[in-house]
Amino acid sequence: MTTKLEPVNPIKLSRRWFFEQCGVGLGSAALHSLFAESGYAAQVDPLAPKAPHFAPKAKNVIFLFMAGAPSHLEIFDNKPMLKKFDGTLPPPELLKGYRSAFINPNSKLLGPKFEFKKYGQSGAELTNLVPHLSTIVDDIAIVKGMVTDAFNHAPGQVLMNTGAMQFGRPSMGAWVTYGLGSESRDLPAFVVMSSGKKGPSGGTSCWGSGFLPTVYQGVEFRSAGDPVLYLSNPAGVDSQIQRESLDSIRKMNEIHLGATGDPEIATRINSFEMAFRMQTSAPELMDIAKESKETLELYGAEPGKPSFANNCLLARRLVQRGVRFVQLYHEAWDQHSALVKDITQNCRDTDRAAAALIQDLKRTGLLDSTLVVWGGEFGRTPMVQGGEDGRDHHPNAFTMWMAGGGIKPGITLGESDDLGFNVVKDKVHVHDLHATMLHLLGFEHTRLTYKFQGRPFRLTDVHGQLVPKLLA
Amino acid sequence: MGIQRRFTQTAAARAVIAAIPLAALFYLQAQSKPDFNKDIRPIFETSCYSCHGEKVQSGGLRLDQQASALAHLVGIYPRVAGTGPQQRMPLGAAPLTPAQIGLIKAWVDSGAAWADTATSAVPKKKHWAFVPPVRPAPPTVKNVKWGRNPIDRFVLAKLEAEQVAPSGEAPKATLLRRLSLDLTGLPPSPEEVASFVKDTSPKAWEKQVERLLASPHYGEKWARQWLDGARYADSDGYEKDKPRFVWAYRDYVINAFNKNLPYNQFVSEQLAGDLMPNATQDQKVATGFLRNSMVNEEGGIDPEQFRMEAMYDRMDAVGKNILGVTIQCAQCHNHKYDPLQQEEYYRIFAFLNNSHEGAMAVYTPAEQMKIADILRRTKEIETNLQHRNPTWRDRMAAWGDAAMKVAQPEWTVVKPEVDDISTGGQKYILQEDGSLLAQGYAPTKHTVKLTVKTPLKQVASVRLELLNDPNLPLSGPGRSIRGTGALSEFTLDAAPLGDPTAKAQKIKVASATADINLPESPLDATYADKSNKKRTMGPIQFAIDGVDETAWGHDAGPGQRNVPRKAVFNLAETISNESGSVITFYVKQNAGGWNSDDNQNQNLGRFRISLSSDPKATADPLPMAVREALAVARDKRSPQQEQALFSYYRKTVPEWKDDNSTVEELWKGYPEGSSQLVLNERPSVRETHQLTRGDFLQPGKLVTGGVPSFLNPLPADGPVNRLAFAKWLVSRDAPTTARSYVNRIWLAYFGVGIVETAEDLGTQSSPPSHPELLDWLAVEFMDKGWDVKAIHRLIVNSSTYRQNSVASEELQAKDPYNRLLARGPRFRVDGEIVRDIALAASGLLDEKVGGPSVNPPAPAFLFVPPTSYGPKVWNEAKGSERYRRALYTFRFRSVPYPMLQVFDSPNGEAACVRRSRSNTPLQALTTLNEPMFLETARALAQKTLNEAGAEDTQRLRFMFRRVLSREPSGAEADELLSLVKREQQNFSTAGRDPWKFAANDPEHPPTLAKNVTPAQAAAWTVVSRVLLNLDEAITKE
Repeated sequence: MTTKLEPVNPIKLSRRWFFEQCGVGLGSAALHSLFAESGYAAQVDPLAPKAPHFAPKAKNVIFLFMAGAPSHLEIFDNKPMLKKFDGTLPPPELLKGYRSAFINPNSKLLGPKFEFKKYGQSGAELTNLVPHLSTIVDDIAIVKGMVTDAFNHAPGQVLMNTGAMQFGRPSMGAWVTYGLGSESRDLPAFVVMSSGKKGPSGGTSCWGSGFLPTVYQGVEFRSAGDPVLYLSNPAGVDSQIQRESLDSIRKMNEIHLGATGDPEIATRINSFEMAFRMQTSAPELMDIAKESKETLELYGAEPGKPSFANNCLLARRLVQRGVRFVQLYHEAWDQHSALVKDITQNCRDTDRAAAALIQDLKRTGLLDSTLVVWGGEFGRTPMVQGGEDGRDHHPNAFTMWMAGGGIKPGITLGESDDLGFNVVKDKVHVHDLHATMLHLLGFEHTRLTYKFQGRPFRLTDVHGQLVPKLLA
Repeated sequence: MGIQRRFTQTAAARAVIAAIPLAALFYLQAQSKPDFNKDIRPIFETSCYSCHGEKVQSGGLRLDQQASALAHLVGIYPRVAGTGPQQRMPLGAAPLTPAQIGLIKAWVDSGAAWADTATSAVPKKKHWAFVPPVRPAPPTVKNVKWGRNPIDRFVLAKLEAEQVAPSGEAPKATLLRRLSLDLTGLPPSPEEVASFVKDTSPKAWEKQVERLLASPHYGEKWARQWLDGARYADSDGYEKDKPRFVWAYRDYVINAFNKNLPYNQFVSEQLAGDLMPNATQDQKVATGFLRNSMVNEEGGIDPEQFRMEAMYDRMDAVGKNILGVTIQCAQCHNHKYDPLQQEEYYRIFAFLNNSHEGAMAVYTPAEQMKIADILRRTKEIETNLQHRNPTWRDRMAAWGDAAMKVAQPEWTVVKPEVDDISTGGQKYILQEDGSLLAQGYAPTKHTVKLTVKTPLKQVASVRLELLNDPNLPLSGPGRSIRGTGALSEFTLDAAPLGDPTAKAQKIKVASATADINLPESPLDATYADKSNKKRTMGPIQFAIDGVDETAWGHDAGPGQRNVPRKAVFNLAETISNESGSVITFYVKQNAGGWNSDDNQNQNLGRFRISLSSDPKATADPLPMAVREALAVARDKRSPQQEQALFSYYRKTVPEWKDDNSTVEELWKGYPEGSSQLVLNERPSVRETHQLTRGDFLQPGKLVTGGVPSFLNPLPADGPVNRLAFAKWLVSRDAPTTARSYVNRIWLAYFGVGIVETAEDLGTQSSPPSHPELLDWLAVEFMDKGWDVKAIHRLIVNSSTYRQNSVASEELQAKDPYNRLLARGPRFRVDGEIVRDIALAASGLLDEKVGGPSVNPPAPAFLFVPPTSYGPKVWNEAKGSERYRRALYTFRFRSVPYPMLQVFDSPNGEAACVRRSRSNTPLQALTTLNEPMFLETARALAQKTLNEAGAEDTQRLRFMFRRVLSREPSGAEADELLSLVKREQQNFSTAGRDPWKFAANDPEHPPTLAKNVTPAQAAAWTVVSRVLLNLDEAITKE
């Protein structure tokens, strides 16, 4: 390295920086080290596409988060014995050390409220709450052995998203974006949408970046109005004035880049250019009216009317445009009471669109490279809450399903006991789910790390086992 | 790393590396036999010993002992190279570099020679940060002309060693902008710049430094950094995320910096201000630091579980924010890297574990004076009464004797069983005295069902006592934000005990008495329930009238409401069962509002039920304190008891009516104040256990308060409590405390700390760029009495700080992150300051310091479902409150303020001592289109047109000075003057209303100066918007 300092020639520097590093940065496949310390200056594009540890099966993820926790006993997990013992007290040894949220654990058992039938070649058992899902069971893997550590909503959702009950850890979308970068030049890499009655209990921490750089946090899109905050030109500003303003900002920034030589200014120029592109691309993305009538019907989507169905269709459009991680929240499945009525409504609101998403991804060829995950933060108690039409929170056993992106289709994995209380076979902890998701994306989950507070952190913390039985 | 590589590697080198497996390449380079001590042991030390060393021997392997290592020799290379079937080593950490792997292979292949030194235990040098700093002598430097103070000697010595020359001084205007942004977070006014540029006196710079250090905005600027680490937010977090009252703590921090409170005092007050002798309001408020943890009041929680979560959070905050040592790891196991044992973690934990978590009333200085005045005048009136009635003592004694003679009914306290379903999610926790303490989620309407099994044969009356508790807001006795509650209905039924077939019979309440019966008044608007029904509070009869909309209230007004109260219910028929009875009470609490995710409950906070066989029992009119004082023999009473007695007694004397009403009037002026979450030490010690794997359900051995052995010892004098811990943190021999804070100050100035990992100075921290400078600053800080402003003065007066930030290409290449400090700092300011700059430049900034947090404009949908979990109140501020500094923006943890979130402000979910600094398109959209930024652009344009003169060049210069603190260059002027011309034409197009863009409210456009057109206002708004969006505008350079 030369020690004699030449007089400043920042113009030269800026040109080189601008064209070599910034102008084409997003398209190039520079292999960045996953283990690089966080930059205190964003001089290296932190969203540049990166290669994972090994060849991935999935490039994108769509996570359908059924917030509030759906009852596994009403949809997936057929328990004739629970029906038989309806109205009796659970065996005391089952309750040893068991903590519940609202009820006295020693409450009477409540038989399943819906009838199960076998569907598809795989013979998966489902109730008639999910008639659409039952048509695609051969495309999905039903995981009946899910367990978690939390039995309250906010900690449960945060655990499902970040691998820890304590707030402050990066979400899986943030980890994946950190690990893989973005394929989209004009949309965020990690997009979150919500439908249903309310937002998730965990709030924005569900898609936060924790201690990872903030560029990796999820960006909320709305399915009506401005999809992204402050996307539209201000009132009275037409596109000509906006373009001229941006041109001026760019010229002024370039002049200053020349004077100071700070490549951060080049990054700022790029940020404004991408913002301008987003002003066009995001509304175009959100305009589902351009989809065929058949597609809209498949999902049950209606342009201009926000719904889970619209969000599912948008998820497919996002993935098509290179968005890495899409998360759709649908609250609330929290049926402490009015179980029959409310879970029927929840299924009516989500079943068709979730199944349509799989069908649509499949026919557009995206399913192979898109991992779809459906589930909530925990399950529901086999015991009743209130009179005879509600269930409390239950962490010991619940069901999720996964599809695409390297997941073995048409299987049911795991088993709970006769009452649907504990998992007895092929237990999958939330950490194991994370390890498996990362594996499908090409990561050895123990090696996708970020050093913080003097130690390497990872999504699975010190836990997590790959679930090979789920892999195609 | 990436950037350096890009600069240093040639394309050819890249091609070679791409073609050959990396490990092999490095192996080729490392063919010569590696030296164990030089090449191998350091790898083992940093990457392996934590699991295979002296303390831990995972899989039985010890890499610090030859025998063990050689026994496992064949496995070592495949494991670290990841070539075998097993998991790659080191587990859970980054793999070794190809160079290291190459060395290990070469070492193994060459026969694994082992140097003797490794077998005999070599005393390991203690990690630098765990040794108390001693003041190093500033090094000698060749260039004796450069540099003003010792900081510069340390910096220059390193530069000379690297053969790099420092940069020259930055232009004066740039320097003053840098200094103003650093010390106050606000840009200098054009006048301040002009006067500094003109000032040629030798002390010109120092004058500016002192002016800015004395500004009240200095405290605001430096408070923000501390508040990040203190995980400050205005709401609880988790699902409910209710607003909370903690701005008094935020103001405490601002004032502490402004007063230049010594840092050791500042820290100890936040850890244990409540335990200091004669603690002031400020010192108690300071403990809000520990209370900034999130609170989960989601229905169905175990309050103890989340108290423990909050404890972990406090430990984490103390570790990162004050100690600068990561202690969180030891929550579950011994620290893997630092010498912290799990037991030591729980010994620190024990210091913090013995507190009540309540909220105290806080008053502004003016309110405190008002209160002192009320107390003084009350005392005056009482003394006066006593003077005028010399026999008062005897009369009071006679009254007391009579009062004590009135027989009190015999009460039996019962311990009810709580029906879990009936609580609406609130937790009723049984206390030792038989009372129930309400915690957790607070439903705004519920009827709790309480069952008691009593052996009493006769029950004719029931007493309900409302009690204070340090864990309730303002000590209760209720759970409303004022510590009050309301009882809508009190009903009961009963059945004979021991007869499972008996059906419970409803028991009517015939009459009721209470020690407070207020006149009927409508519920406060806070508790509106959208029912349109008339809802009121009033006397105890409201609790037995069968009407849910009326309730017994006990809010006697500020200064008088947070006292115990009681009511007695006489049953219409005595419950009479030879075998005893099962009695179920239904305690209806319906006086809350519609939104249980907000502070709208009026639940009873702590209460106790007692039974009596006396059908005529009434509520004792004497307050508990008065009865207690009366029970003490007259000559044994303290003056305070005597005073309290008199204050009560005088009210019973009819002829003193006038004086009594004067006092009553006086107390009506008692200020409402606000409240603040604080800690109070519990009188009895809560046991602390070491928790197995950090799980509070698996308590291990009992531990007592203590400190880690690798740090300084606990002060020998005084009790071993939270205060001792606070003093220990800031004792002169604490190795990390001073280093940690000066490092964070440095980080704020230069964008990166001397130790980059500001939250962790432990063995895994990044090595300091200037270790001796760090120690020198730390010692200087402590020796000057932990004087924070003195450290600022040293830094900003140094030549290092005053360098030009323009980077040559070579310098950019050699030192992209400016770790050598051969140039001045240049980086984007923090999110809050991004906004403050726009507000200040536009002239809109409201400079008020302190007070409740404010709600500037934000999209309304953010605060309602389905975006937020529950509905949140965000009443957009009108008038100048919109334009307060961003520090005062209300912070909901679950719905962060969008502008601040997008510019990397932390949301307070965990302590943050080092922010990310991103540069994203969402930031661009925000500064371009967010309503507040538009308002600032418009205001700046109008101010310019009104004040700058008629020439466009004058206007442009005016704007430049306000936004960038400098004059435009020729090229810049050309660009923007042509822009304004074009836009003027654009906005003059027929049919176009320029006010649509240029006015906040196009229906009511502002008045413009003479000869100025709306099209000009719009065109200049385009220009001001361009200027406010420049990288330079939001950058300190």
